[in-house]
Amino acid sequence: MIAIVDYGVGNLFSLKSSFSAVGADVTVTSDRKVLRDADKIILPGVGAFKDAAMKLSSTGLSDFLCEEAKTGKPLMGICLGMQMLFEKSYEYGEHSGLGLIKGTVRPLSGVIPGGLKIPHIGWNALHIERKNPLLSEISEGECVYFVHSYYAADCSESVIATTEYGAPITAAVAMDNVFGCQFHPEKSGTVGLRILKAFAEMKV
Amino acid sequence: MITKRIIPCLDVRDGRVVKGINFEGLRDVSSPVALAEYYSSCGADELVFYDITASSDGRKLFTDILRETARKVFIPLTVGGGINTVEDFDRVLKCGADKVSVNSGAIKNPDLIGEAAKLYGNQCVVLSADVKRVGGEFRIFAKGGREDTGMEAIGWIRRCAENGAGEIVVNSIDTDGVKGGFDLEMLNAVCSAVSVPVIASGGAGKIEDFITLFKTLPGVDAGLAASIFHFGEVKIADLKAEMAKNNIPTRI
Repeated sequence: MIAIVDYGVGNLFSLKSSFSAVGADVTVTSDRKVLRDADKIILPGVGAFKDAAMKLSSTGLSDFLCEEAKTGKPLMGICLGMQMLFEKSYEYGEHSGLGLIKGTVRPLSGVIPGGLKIPHIGWNALHIERKNPLLSEISEGECVYFVHSYYAADCSESVIATTEYGAPITAAVAMDNVFGCQFHPEKSGTVGLRILKAFAEMKV
Repeated sequence: MITKRIIPCLDVRDGRVVKGINFEGLRDVSSPVALAEYYSSCGADELVFYDITASSDGRKLFTDILRETARKVFIPLTVGGGINTVEDFDRVLKCGADKVSVNSGAIKNPDLIGEAAKLYGNQCVVLSADVKRVGGEFRIFAKGGREDTGMEAIGWIRRCAENGAGEIVVNSIDTDGVKGGFDLEMLNAVCSAVSVPVIASGGAGKIEDFITLFKTLPGVDAGLAASIFHFGEVKIADLKAEMAKNNIPTRI
């Protein structure tokens, strides 16, 4: 069973539907018992880092998720959920993340040339930087759907894929059993479904 | 490099997809769910659902159809029509919409875009602007393109972007349904005024119209059309192959 963490952030309907579409047993929950019993956990998220981090810590889920990740259980963050895996974010101030992966979250405006639109919205190609089971069914150059204004920096050890938007931008990360996608696999057509399927079928 | 998006628009009335010529004389085309699945499978980059009658008579969107579509379609889905309050945003987002498009609602309530952007993020808020030339200026029209608001369009669009609209759909009433090509003059004016993604709508009749659009105006991010896709006059796979051949960044 895959458990999608429900902490009042974002639309989880599509994420749940897309896991169902690849044949995975999936549930949306904030119940720790369900999360503890799950084989794998998805940390979703859209909106502002500060709000999401506050919601996650005020419910005590931050510490809980870190403990679960330490047991070796696969955990994948998506979009803002990926950004929350890092140590800290500089989105409107400075805010702590879960610290499961080394790195920081910084504004795209600081790294891409002026004239490029922010947010980075749309389909962009994946460049595979490291072999990883998450991308086992993905070919170099396949497109996925991005919507974001901040990106993961200082994380060269964990980057498994980048995308080009005036500069190489972190697209996917992996560190042992912890994974993250900056893009939305649940909105990336068949390419995205292949990534979700790879996660769902990963051996625990 | 980010790719240029091709977006079929499904105008929905009574649970069916319809498309009017200059917004009148509606013709039934097909089932929204079937069309959405078809488009998703053949390369559409995104889908837009508009409840075209909602802004006139306040009819609520058919959320069952939206939900069913969102369950089967795994590309971004934008929903518009009858969006007048943040509660309307909430209602369609819960049914699986990724972005919500406001048109008349933003004209009636200038605070709507800002309020929604604060709650759901700018990326979720799309301004759909129906624009028409009146007496030498571009004007914003309301109520499905039937009512001249008297407001100058470009300045109004710029203010909406400043207030939190994350994308702008520019629908030229002058070229809509005519199939003579996109309204390049109008689109250029909008691209110069805002820094958020601009989606061109109204006027596409053939593949070359999209090539001309993206070649002439690099600031346009996406092309939107309805009937030419629904009736198979332009096949999305052919269109995208031609775009790639013309060195336009395209998701194949």
